[in-house]
Amino acid sequence: MYVAVKGGETAIAHSLDYIADKRRGDRSLAELSLEQIDQQLGLAVDRVMTEGSCYDRSLAALAIKQARGDLIEAIFLLRAYRTTLPRFGESLPLDTASMVAERRISSTFKDVPGGQVLGPTYDYTHRLLDFSLAAEGERPAAATAPADTGRSLPRVGDILEREGMLEPPPQDGASEDLTRQPLTLPASRPVRLQNLARGDEGFLLALGYSTQRGYGNNHPFVGEIRYGHVPVSFVPEELGFAIEIAEIDLTECDMVNQFAGSHDVPPQFTRGYGLAFGHSERKAMSMALVDRALRAEELSEAAASPAQDEEFVLAHSDNVEASGFVQHLKLPHYVDFQSELVVVRTLRAEVEARNRQAAMDQAAE
Amino acid sequence: MTEINAKDGAYNYAYLDEQTKRMIRRAILKAVAVPGYQVPFGGREMPLPYGWGTGGIQVTAAIIGQDDTLKVIDQGADDTTNAVSIRRFFARVADVATTTRTKEATIIQTRHRVPETPLGEGQILVFQVPIPEPLRMLEPRETETRTLHALSEYGVMQVSLYESIARHGRIAKTYNYPVMVNGRYIMSPSPIPKFDNPKLDRSPALQLYGAGREKRIYAVPPHTPVKSLDFDDHPFEIETWEQCCALCGSRESFLDEMIVDDDGQRLFVCSDTDYCERRRDTAEAAE
Amino acid sequence: MSDLSQLAPGLADPPHDAQRIFRAILDAVSHPGRIVSLPAAPAGPGRLSPAAAAYLLTLADRDTPVCLAEEFDHPAVRDFLRFHAGSPIVEDRGEAAFGVLAANTPQPLEGFNLGTDAYPDRSATLLVEVPALSDGLVQQWRGPGIDVRATVAIAGLPEDFWTEWAANHGLFPCGVDVVFTAGTELCALPRSIAVEV
Repeated sequence: MYVAVKGGETAIAHSLDYIADKRRGDRSLAELSLEQIDQQLGLAVDRVMTEGSCYDRSLAALAIKQARGDLIEAIFLLRAYRTTLPRFGESLPLDTASMVAERRISSTFKDVPGGQVLGPTYDYTHRLLDFSLAAEGERPAAATAPADTGRSLPRVGDILEREGMLEPPPQDGASEDLTRQPLTLPASRPVRLQNLARGDEGFLLALGYSTQRGYGNNHPFVGEIRYGHVPVSFVPEELGFAIEIAEIDLTECDMVNQFAGSHDVPPQFTRGYGLAFGHSERKAMSMALVDRALRAEELSEAAASPAQDEEFVLAHSDNVEASGFVQHLKLPHYVDFQSELVVVRTLRAEVEARNRQAAMDQAAE
Repeated sequence: MTEINAKDGAYNYAYLDEQTKRMIRRAILKAVAVPGYQVPFGGREMPLPYGWGTGGIQVTAAIIGQDDTLKVIDQGADDTTNAVSIRRFFARVADVATTTRTKEATIIQTRHRVPETPLGEGQILVFQVPIPEPLRMLEPRETETRTLHALSEYGVMQVSLYESIARHGRIAKTYNYPVMVNGRYIMSPSPIPKFDNPKLDRSPALQLYGAGREKRIYAVPPHTPVKSLDFDDHPFEIETWEQCCALCGSRESFLDEMIVDDDGQRLFVCSDTDYCERRRDTAEAAE
Repeated sequence: MSDLSQLAPGLADPPHDAQRIFRAILDAVSHPGRIVSLPAAPAGPGRLSPAAAAYLLTLADRDTPVCLAEEFDHPAVRDFLRFHAGSPIVEDRGEAAFGVLAANTPQPLEGFNLGTDAYPDRSATLLVEVPALSDGLVQQWRGPGIDVRATVAIAGLPEDFWTEWAANHGLFPCGVDVVFTAGTELCALPRSIAVEV
């Protein structure tokens, strides 16, 4: 007798073996090491750490390897691991002014204290496939000036702020953790930023882009983008004073936007803020644009565009949620479909009967 | 594939840490106290994808213990791939006995069906819920729907059902058919076929609903009135089939339709595999 | 914190004890009026019953402030809750997720968080320690979880309690939820339940 979808258990076991086999690929080729992924696919590692909200290069590299380079799958793997980790406490807020920057640019001033530092960027590469990379052979080390660790880099925003031209950053120190508490709306700006930091780069990129095309334009300028190393400090309860526990790489974007001012408030520039682990400028910039767009209501601007719609943005930014729900359509839905078949057949039969009756009535006339 | 096991100490019993379990347990108790109301909870990222039962899994993980016997079904069947996967997860992380028999289970986690065998006192039915908000497709904004529930302002749902009648001559909604719980909250029964709705009404079992991605838990306590929405002149009715189950001959159960050859020949069998097997066993024993 | 050697012990086997206790509590809350015995309940500190101690160890933690009525506001109880559960102890009823009351605590429900129409789940849960869960005034309870009606006779509660309860029930879906505790047993009274003499 025919019986549907039996043997699910065996099928799953075989599928797991098969995917592991596919992941390894041709055995005559050397297996990728986590160090290779970390060093040579570093920007992928950065993205997985950012959207996985877990700063651990080797775990992110492992996730990328396990996911065969599918970064959203890797983000999911890292998040699912992260959620099982105990919380020891909260670090002190990072001070990005103390960043040892490898790159730092401002598009609002020709020069800024500390200088424009181009650093490593794809910006001015010509997008020509470099066939020399396809060949074996070592590359000589790049000549770089030693990073100036002795001085802090004042943020361009802080300089504008002193003049009263730019609003100060929010002082709200309340810590909420989106990974421990459900999102409630309206959300505070820290919660929104948390959501955006974890949000899908592609989604934020598209939304940020839409604001530039007139869907919630807020006249952005890159006040500053900086990328470099920042120390992380923590106050253990038993010590009572801060100790440095790590140094992490960050990309920070301070977007400066126009604000018309109002009757009482003189015109002033406003901020959109973006922060990402590692070197993730596209993400940090997109985040800053969307952050600013989401402040529309707070700044008494018309909020009619998608990027300004808090609930729409925050509810759909997470690629682990989105990926799961889109792909769950692969699961069997045949019971619900059966219900639909039953009712559609009934409705069709009723309509056909009505039409037949109408045709007979017409013929009789 | 990472193999995780309750006994190897790498993960806590039933996967979730104790603090998370306490948070979910508190949410469950509030959900039971306010039947049909969706309690927001700090849903965690689970090692299974969102949309694949993470809400149900978190609820089950928060209630399950070594004394339990777990049954997991998807589309009414114990051996559909997702049911197998979830059952395997709990057998591993919670060291728990599993069963396919409805009567033997203390906890039944389900996607899209309520078992045909009537549930009894002391059993807990855990539903996997994709979209917990019954008004969501009528009003996508949580900020709006929360107010509608607070005010018990359900006109939008009545209008939607009425429009269906105006267009089709009947309420054409077939699954995820909205219910009124204890006369106060309109609730999504999850995407079960409306065939199963009457089983929710005054059931002696406890019903817990978990939506992981949407981070909501809600509940229907035992013996609680659950009314499928309808109108006096268009009373609620369930699906019926002209056929009976090709395997057990049942005329009372929900039937799945299968296409068995290229000519589109159909075969109808019970969606509830345990119910069907029990009936065949009984019939065989009688012979 | 006072002398730790005086600290009453917590759950012997936290994951499994907490699970069993929770299931007993869930059974009670989903069957209002049913008297449920808690397995593995630890001896409570001070005047706290084993049932109340077990309830709090299972459900309270640092996210849930606890407000103790005078009878229970004792260093042994405070230390017990702080050490085993990590719960902040608060004076203000309005801040508490859990309240621990005696049967004769005046204005028992007054001032606790009732939740809001939009978020009724944010209300407090009150543990009311009573001399016994039976032998009191016989009442009929009706509502979700009860098959028609439950006959209950919680002992030791003044008439005022039931007046306040009627008002609390009238606020549904807002309102506090109550759990009566005595010895190693408890009996739940969620806000959804109407009480008639």
